[in-house]
Amino acid sequence: MTRALWTILRRDLRLLLLGHGSGGGVVLPILFFLAVAMIFPFAVGPDPNLLRRVGGGVIWVAALLAAILPLDRLIDPDRDLGMFDQWALRGISGEWVVAVRVVAHWLSFAPALMLATLPAGALLGLDQRTLELVELGLLVGTPGLAALGVMVAAITSGLKGGAALAGLLVIPMAVPILVFGAGALAIGGETGLALTGAVSLVLIAMAPFAGAGALRVGR
Amino acid sequence: MQASGVKAWDLCCRRGDRWLFAGVGLELAPGEVLHLVGANGIGKSSLMRILAGLLPVSAGLEEGAKPGGVAWTGGVGLLDERPALDPAQPLGRALDFWAAIDGTDPDLRAHAAQRLGIAGLMDVPVRYLSTGQKKRAAMARLIGQAAPNWLLDEPFNGLDQQACGLVEEMVMEHVMAGGTCIIASHQHFHLPGLIRLELEEFAL
Repeated sequence: MTRALWTILRRDLRLLLLGHGSGGGVVLPILFFLAVAMIFPFAVGPDPNLLRRVGGGVIWVAALLAAILPLDRLIDPDRDLGMFDQWALRGISGEWVVAVRVVAHWLSFAPALMLATLPAGALLGLDQRTLELVELGLLVGTPGLAALGVMVAAITSGLKGGAALAGLLVIPMAVPILVFGAGALAIGGETGLALTGAVSLVLIAMAPFAGAGALRVGR
Repeated sequence: MQASGVKAWDLCCRRGDRWLFAGVGLELAPGEVLHLVGANGIGKSSLMRILAGLLPVSAGLEEGAKPGGVAWTGGVGLLDERPALDPAQPLGRALDFWAAIDGTDPDLRAHAAQRLGIAGLMDVPVRYLSTGQKKRAAMARLIGQAAPNWLLDEPFNGLDQQACGLVEEMVMEHVMAGGTCIIASHQHFHLPGLIRLELEEFAL
């Protein structure tokens, strides 16, 4: 069982990092994230004080939008291939498969996102303290975003226009992470980060069961 | 080979508001092959998925009736219209993935690939394979799984005549070695001792 899960994790990670062959992979969402951070000063003007004040929030919104991009690649392709059925036949429970996918999704996008936050923060002129809070916030918030993404992708898999619906579903459910994560910047303390972590833990605990349940019903 | 066999009773299937069939039961001992026949849309694939445990058994027609069940002896392998092989991966790597999951002897798969005529395609990404080649690859995956019970849903779709004969031969060898096999197909099957199940008789 453990050996099978490792094998699945390695495969998931490879597919999510490099794409399913039809493009995709982690490069596009990260470029998208940088692009959003880059166009923001064009829209609100180059006032350094204003940018420094709102920059942290911009990075959070950009991260959320970038997390929505890969949603349609998380579950749908494997469902169409019959992978989930083959795993179920081998007695590998759907809960484990979804949990592994959450881990793979997080590993494939969170470290890259946190790395891309450094140049994005520089573009927006964030000071040292704000950048630290943003990075810490992303560290505790992205696991929740990953769990949420996989869960919603499982729920909307197989639906017509599922990708658009998934994006629409993720945004309101990600609001708590955004409120606490970006809120930590406003009060400049770790309380918000602790709450972000709490929301993440709830989502991580829910995702395997909700995701596997959705896959079972959708068979 | 591990012990094989299956017993299923009172299988009913409802898709949405529509009843497909009710009261299907079957029993297979090691070495037996069952051919599931019926017109398109009668519920062959649904029955296969119920047998595989992928679809729940619907509760019976009468109020409060107990739903039936399926009991397998030994593991189950399923071959359906989806190959479950990564399109972007070379065929060899895609098959290796399942070998790593199943933890079976890689020679089994290599030998099957040789016989199925796909041994030369191991470096070709799966998405460049034809329908028939994908089906052959899926057959190699199934053999590599070394499951004592086989569920074959329309195994001949997309295969040429020579490959169809080969699949029949492989099913034959599988049951001779003490396995069981259930085949859903509207095509003829030339095997001695074939048990036929007409789904028509249980249709609603």
